[in-house]
Amino acid sequence: MSKRQVMFTFPRKLIKEPIIYQLSHKFEVVTNIRRADVSEDRGWVVLELEGEDKEIDAGISWVKEEGVRVDPIVGDIVEG
Amino acid sequence: MKVCDFCLSPVEVNYDYKALAGVLSHEKISEGPATMWRYRDLLPVEGKGEIDIGTGFTPLLKADNLGRELGLNELYIKNDCLNPTYSFKDRAVSVAVTKAREFGFDTVACASTGNLAASVAAHAAKANMKAYVFVPANVEPGKLVGVAIYKPNLVTVDGSYDDVNRLCAELAQRYNWGFININLRPYYAEGSKTLGFEVAEQLGWRPPECVVAPAASGLLFTRIWKGLQELSTLKLIGPVNTHMYLTQASGSSPIVHAFEAGSLHVHPVTPSTIVTSIAIGNPADGYYALMVARQSGGGASSATDEEAIEGMKLLAQTEGIFAEAAGGVVIAGVKKLAAAGAIKKDQLTVAFITGAGPRTQEIVSDVVHTFHVQPNLESFNEVLGVQV
Repeated sequence: MSKRQVMFTFPRKLIKEPIIYQLSHKFEVVTNIRRADVSEDRGWVVLELEGEDKEIDAGISWVKEEGVRVDPIVGDIVEG
Repeated sequence: MKVCDFCLSPVEVNYDYKALAGVLSHEKISEGPATMWRYRDLLPVEGKGEIDIGTGFTPLLKADNLGRELGLNELYIKNDCLNPTYSFKDRAVSVAVTKAREFGFDTVACASTGNLAASVAAHAAKANMKAYVFVPANVEPGKLVGVAIYKPNLVTVDGSYDDVNRLCAELAQRYNWGFININLRPYYAEGSKTLGFEVAEQLGWRPPECVVAPAASGLLFTRIWKGLQELSTLKLIGPVNTHMYLTQASGSSPIVHAFEAGSLHVHPVTPSTIVTSIAIGNPADGYYALMVARQSGGGASSATDEEAIEGMKLLAQTEGIFAEAAGGVVIAGVKKLAAAGAIKKDQLTVAFITGAGPRTQEIVSDVVHTFHVQPNLESFNEVLGVQV
């Protein structure tokens, strides 16, 4: 089992969609929300995903296909 | 070392200010070297093994010519083009590479739009460490040379800077390297605050009334503020009533958008601008930068690519400073803020110029207008119309 820390950024059209719920039901992935900021037209969620690597990878691919931006969390990258 | 276990936020360096207050003084600092390391007591390093290539204590110049153009009587330029690799990144990297060596890393790495890669490669050379630097494949040729001269492992990546960042974020989880702007981020961040220290010291130990600085991730902007706050906490300067204004390129201005919308939520964008050194679509410190802009009574301003180039030319032609496009964005920001009355004519204002222009000089190649003459006086007189 591995843990992956990621940030989901939702476009307006997906704000009301239960993406995280579906992620945990479509794939063998435990979702654990740590921080979030969601408003009417935009939102982001920082969460930890736990599961087998292939399940996490497949889950992240599905989330991206749905139109959510997925960024890894490794201390928050700064400018270069 | 990377993120908070609880909220997954970036971790911060803390200091024992009470203990420092008994040790630090204007005199002690002024006895230090004429580099950023004169502030070593306020940097998160152990011992005296810093990797120093002569960074910092760059000029703070009274910009009378530019001030006249913009209607400002007390305008200063903090010229950080004059660092060893020509950008403020040397401040951050000097601390981060010093920490990398303290932690026992033998390799340092970074994702970069060019300036950071040059700085990391230069400091790795000085520290006898291996370096892997990653840049977008379309980075300007001048920047590649400015990196390659230090002989790092230079990796070009098909994709945007955000794509390079994502790759590096994955690599940082697989390789035991010190990624300067990822797993060494807290230390990288601390180096930037020396800009705030220096400006206050160079102004005779007082904070400016207004600051105008570029924002990419937003980190530098917040660290200038932190530097001023720390000096005030230690009673090395008085209360900080500085109005903090951040500037971004219009084609990559998610922080400005959020400020204008009255929000603290930064919505990522896909950058589209020639101002590549500050083109970050998903700024990690956007929230904190917004907080600083709001709490300080400052603001946010953006500039189009054309305005940035105009700003570069104006700075060069009034003050003799050839800045990169991000500097042009800052000058355009000062111009707009002054015209709007946000910055008053007699307010002591510091504009931060954080990178030099020559690496990306092709964007202003239209300035070249020559007089072509034959090697004799007649030709010279004929072409220029000058009577000898």
